[in-house]
Amino acid sequence: MEIFLNRYRNLTVLLVVLVAQLLLLAFQVKSNGDVRLIRVWAVTGVMPLARVVEAVRANTTGFFSEYLVLLDVKEENKRLKSSLGSLKMENQFLKTELATADRARALAAFQSRSPSRTIAARIIGTGTGANSKVVFLDRGSNAGVGKGMAVVTPDGIVGKVISSYPSASQVILITDPTFAAGVISQKSRVHGTLKGQGHSICLIEYIQNEEQVAVGEWFYTSGDDRVFPKGLPVGQVKIARSGKMFFKEVFLVPSGLQQGLEEVLVVLEGVHQTIPDSPETPQTLHLLPAPPPDPNAAGQHGVLSGNLSTDADQMLEKYKRTGAAQGHVFGQAGNKPPNFNLPPDSGSVQPPDGKAAVPANPPLR
Amino acid sequence: MTESGDWLLRPRRKHQYRLRPVALLLVAVAAILFQIYVPLFFHYLSYLEMPLLVTVYFSLMRREPVAGVLIGSSIGLVQDSLSHNPIGMFGIVKTLVGYFAASVSQRFDVQNTGIRFLLGFFFFFFHQFFYWVLANALLGQTLGFDALQTLVFGLLNATVAVPLFHVLDKL
Repeated sequence: MEIFLNRYRNLTVLLVVLVAQLLLLAFQVKSNGDVRLIRVWAVTGVMPLARVVEAVRANTTGFFSEYLVLLDVKEENKRLKSSLGSLKMENQFLKTELATADRARALAAFQSRSPSRTIAARIIGTGTGANSKVVFLDRGSNAGVGKGMAVVTPDGIVGKVISSYPSASQVILITDPTFAAGVISQKSRVHGTLKGQGHSICLIEYIQNEEQVAVGEWFYTSGDDRVFPKGLPVGQVKIARSGKMFFKEVFLVPSGLQQGLEEVLVVLEGVHQTIPDSPETPQTLHLLPAPPPDPNAAGQHGVLSGNLSTDADQMLEKYKRTGAAQGHVFGQAGNKPPNFNLPPDSGSVQPPDGKAAVPANPPLR
Repeated sequence: MTESGDWLLRPRRKHQYRLRPVALLLVAVAAILFQIYVPLFFHYLSYLEMPLLVTVYFSLMRREPVAGVLIGSSIGLVQDSLSHNPIGMFGIVKTLVGYFAASVSQRFDVQNTGIRFLLGFFFFFFHQFFYWVLANALLGQTLGFDALQTLVFGLLNATVAVPLFHVLDKL
């Protein structure tokens, strides 16, 4: 036996290692479980390094950009011989800072208006494998992130957490072939199942050929999967056609992945929402404060009380004044209707010749 | 075999690669970091299988099938741990790659650039194809296999492998 093992040492080692891995694989497939210890070791060992690399990259990029900015300032100073250059560069730097903060601000705005409890996370790595549709977040179980939680952006859903480790978590993207989620169309409220295809377009399955789904229509999460709260945007239909069997072939462009992924929100506690009538725009709308009241406005529109804001209010006030000036009591029976063609403050019009007041347009009898 | 082609088959025993564990560990971790981090910024680089190239390199240079098996299985298992598939898929494939690469190195001059290019291409194709077979057979996944695309990516990986191996030679 020993001679045999020595002679076929290489093959023996190969077979032992292969069989051990096959048994490991079989155990996982059979029990539908996971060898969590190995994963925790690997993630705990590798992810801090990824975090360091990301920090080095961010700082290096910042250093070089600032260095280049300084070089520009120097050249600007030489050309303009004044401090105007530095001010311009400062302005440019602030604009850059503003642009980089836009995404975080959009996330914060979404986070504040969303009824669900969420936590912001940053993507620090992708999964291994050429066709991997898995990413790693820098938030893990220490931050409350758990397996099965939804991951979203203000633009739409991104994926769901499939593993949570103390300092990181693994998220499967909606474009992964093994991903599925319940969705509902905006107009006709057609239910379907979103499935990833391994590329940028997703497929919606189980929509009957008789159902109406139009190109460009928005789909939202239906909440059926118990992962994504109802009412989150999923994407727009790109192709909708009748299938060969009973179900339509509906392809959808996921809206959450269109802007590139850097920061996301993990839904810690989801709250179902209603499907909006029109798709929400991710951009925040900036409204100026109400303008101050115009002091000349009263003179232009006649003497009106300052609280009248709409045209209808102003017209009602005008009719009341017209009626009061002509002695009319609104709502009293047997009263002669006032002449609304007269100015409100004219009262009983006194003609220049001193005759009795005659309405310009006497009422019909 | 002719005299002119004989040198391709003759391994350079003089240049036996002394494997330094620290270098192996650092290069393997760097390769895995590359694969999980760089595609965040350059998506097309996700098709560069750096852990595979590192496995092939160390197995070729070590010239011992047992070492190839251990290197391949270790790198593959770490790669599995960072994927969402059951642990063992990359492990099995890279174990085989390590074994065959080390076996091949006993018959060929693996310092030769052309041989390295060919081996890089062959092992990438073998890796992708065998992974696809395992995924279909063991996990029941219905993944497609685009042979033409794999060939193109194999050429790209082989092109990267040649300078990468030269850099690793200096370590």
